[in-house]
Amino acid sequence: MSPAELSQLLHRHHGDPNRLLQMLREVQAAAGWVSPEVITELAKGLTLPRARVEGVATFYTLLATRPRGEYQVLFADNIIERFHGSVALRERLCAALGVAPGALRPDGRVSVGTTSCIGLSDQPASLLVNGLAIARLTVERVDAIAALIGQRAPLDQWPAELFHVDEPIRRAGLLLGAHLEPGAAVRAALARSSEALLEELKRSKLRGRGGAGFSTHDKWRAARDAPGPTRFVVCNADEGEPGTFKDRTLLRRQLDAVLDGMTVAAHAIGAQRGFIYLRGEYLFIAPAIEAALAARRAAHLLGRDVLGRTGFDFDLELHLGAGAYVCGEESALLESLEGRRGIPRRRPPYPVTHGYLQRPTVVNNVETFASVAHVALAGGARFAELGTERSTGTRVHSVSGDCARPGLYELPMGASVRELLDACGAEAPIQAVQVGGPSRTLLSPRELDRALCFEDLPSAGAFMVFGPQRDLLEVVASFARFFAHESCGFCTPCRVGTTQLQGAVDALVGGRGTRRDVRHALRLCALMRDASHCGLGTTAGRPFMQLYEKFKPTIERSLSSLEFRPTFDLDEALAPARALTGRDDERAHLEDP
Amino acid sequence: MKKLKVATASLAGCFGCHMSLLDIDERLFTLLEKVELDRSPLTDFKQFGPCDLGLVEGGLCNAENVEVLRELRRHCKVLVAVGACAINGGLPAQRNHLDVRECLTSVYGRTVPDDPELPLPLDRVHAINDVVKVDYFLPGCPPSAEALWHFLDDFLNGRTPHLGHGLISYD
Repeated sequence: MSPAELSQLLHRHHGDPNRLLQMLREVQAAAGWVSPEVITELAKGLTLPRARVEGVATFYTLLATRPRGEYQVLFADNIIERFHGSVALRERLCAALGVAPGALRPDGRVSVGTTSCIGLSDQPASLLVNGLAIARLTVERVDAIAALIGQRAPLDQWPAELFHVDEPIRRAGLLLGAHLEPGAAVRAALARSSEALLEELKRSKLRGRGGAGFSTHDKWRAARDAPGPTRFVVCNADEGEPGTFKDRTLLRRQLDAVLDGMTVAAHAIGAQRGFIYLRGEYLFIAPAIEAALAARRAAHLLGRDVLGRTGFDFDLELHLGAGAYVCGEESALLESLEGRRGIPRRRPPYPVTHGYLQRPTVVNNVETFASVAHVALAGGARFAELGTERSTGTRVHSVSGDCARPGLYELPMGASVRELLDACGAEAPIQAVQVGGPSRTLLSPRELDRALCFEDLPSAGAFMVFGPQRDLLEVVASFARFFAHESCGFCTPCRVGTTQLQGAVDALVGGRGTRRDVRHALRLCALMRDASHCGLGTTAGRPFMQLYEKFKPTIERSLSSLEFRPTFDLDEALAPARALTGRDDERAHLEDP
Repeated sequence: MKKLKVATASLAGCFGCHMSLLDIDERLFTLLEKVELDRSPLTDFKQFGPCDLGLVEGGLCNAENVEVLRELRRHCKVLVAVGACAINGGLPAQRNHLDVRECLTSVYGRTVPDDPELPLPLDRVHAINDVVKVDYFLPGCPPSAEALWHFLDDFLNGRTPHLGHGLISYD
């Protein structure tokens, strides 16, 4: 990037250090990587320590601090994608392009790596090329991609069909079946005082859809009552839990409901500004969101005096993440919004009093805001008619894995697991279901009558089905790899624990596991649960612990020995030196006992 | 009371941990009232006998290290990894990002000696608990004489070893 381009970039972002991540994203998009020189210049331009800028640049997966080529391909490495042949497809692409996995081709043209789930496990396998998603990969589509890269075709000249992402809505309810006029919910909300609006919300008993299930009314009231001159509304669209993709659909099919919900929140708590924090992997949705924001400004649904209400000024900005699961945690998300590494804050104080820029802030999930729009329109009592006593409304489930019809299923809260399995065409026998992604619950076939609601199985919407042909140990190994990769590195229990857990589970998968590995893994799981700084670490051990609890023989039959075994092949470790010296005597070998 | 048999070994280490053991100074006399040394760099015996306790300094960088470690494990009721190298590979493990073939050729040139007396290096340096079961880990580079003494005192008196504040430091 030239100095002139950099100074334009800084100017466009008003030299605001809070916008550092957005600037780095633009650098990445324009130059293909963030070079040391750019880091130095940005630090100078923003009067930040260089280490601060480099720290941010190295934190996020989608930012490259080394050249990764004109074409940067990242395969989604989620277990669902693996079960759909993503590894073979990746090898095929590497072979066709003559590039080693993870490395840059010597001519600097292309690299092929992996990343965590990119929110397309209903249409596996999938990848990102320079940040844009391509789904439903087949041998033919991979060959087509290889040919396009071979011809050096610019990305905007690739066939549009390649980038098409389906929205397989299999069952629509209150949210997905709605046809809302943009602003309808805002109008309904403005007809009430903010106090009356909060009362409606209380009657609705709406709880946050991000997974924790905190009362939306309590959160909003706390933010409204918190002292401070300005307030913020933030939409958490950083759905990174492997197997989740419902926010993708809501943002593409019900965007106005979401934006209405955010505007309603602004009215309720007295906020002037808001942000949509969109995960970087959903770059392909960003233009539609920008267009909707522009349309809403033109229609006076955003900006000064919203819908002619004097004094109600509210505007929204789109922020893009850059590949960090931990930023789905609300305080890490706020750090990221402020242009820093996504390291969760100490809580309390909570974002409702000390959020964005330490000001009162409401952070809610995409689905929560969409639900809010319906509460504002039809009233809290109507909303509370759906679902159960303590989990009202509906829930959009992202169904993937071994079933006939993966996709989106909106069911009233409290529907049973079996109901959803029947709906998606999962054939018996089921081996297991993972509800809520790796950080939540692994279900055995004995538990299929459990209810999908906060009282029983809280979830952020992921629902993965595993048939009898799947190796659950491989599933848990994939989850362990995921947490080790996504740990932010701030606290030792999680940083070290996730990596050691991955090592222990990999030993079991690789047929070198012993009872010691199982014991060690269980100790790590408990330690991470009890001593980690945030939810990532406290839940990282759950998959293994639940596998041990519910599928113990799956672990036991993988053991190579009940006693101790070396963690690596001793004789193989001597092979290079043996070859070099030409020795083959007795002392040039080590036996595996 | 019967004296406990103790063996020690230095694998890929620098003898710093053994030096630290000598640094317990006059307490060595107290120690020797309670223990009898088996094979150890301090005795120069060539074979291990049945032992109650084995202290290992250093990690594993070659075939001989592995053989000695396994011999020691076979002869000890309790095995302790002493110091950073035994626990994590330590300084010698800095070669792990290099190809062992390149290490050898850059030292010896084209003719790497094939004398069977010379132990073959492993492709990577390993911690000892990668190869044998380890019962206790005593961290430090080296563990201080106080830490070593504290550990031994606990062990010899039948208490679960516990290094309290000040005996482990991170730097």
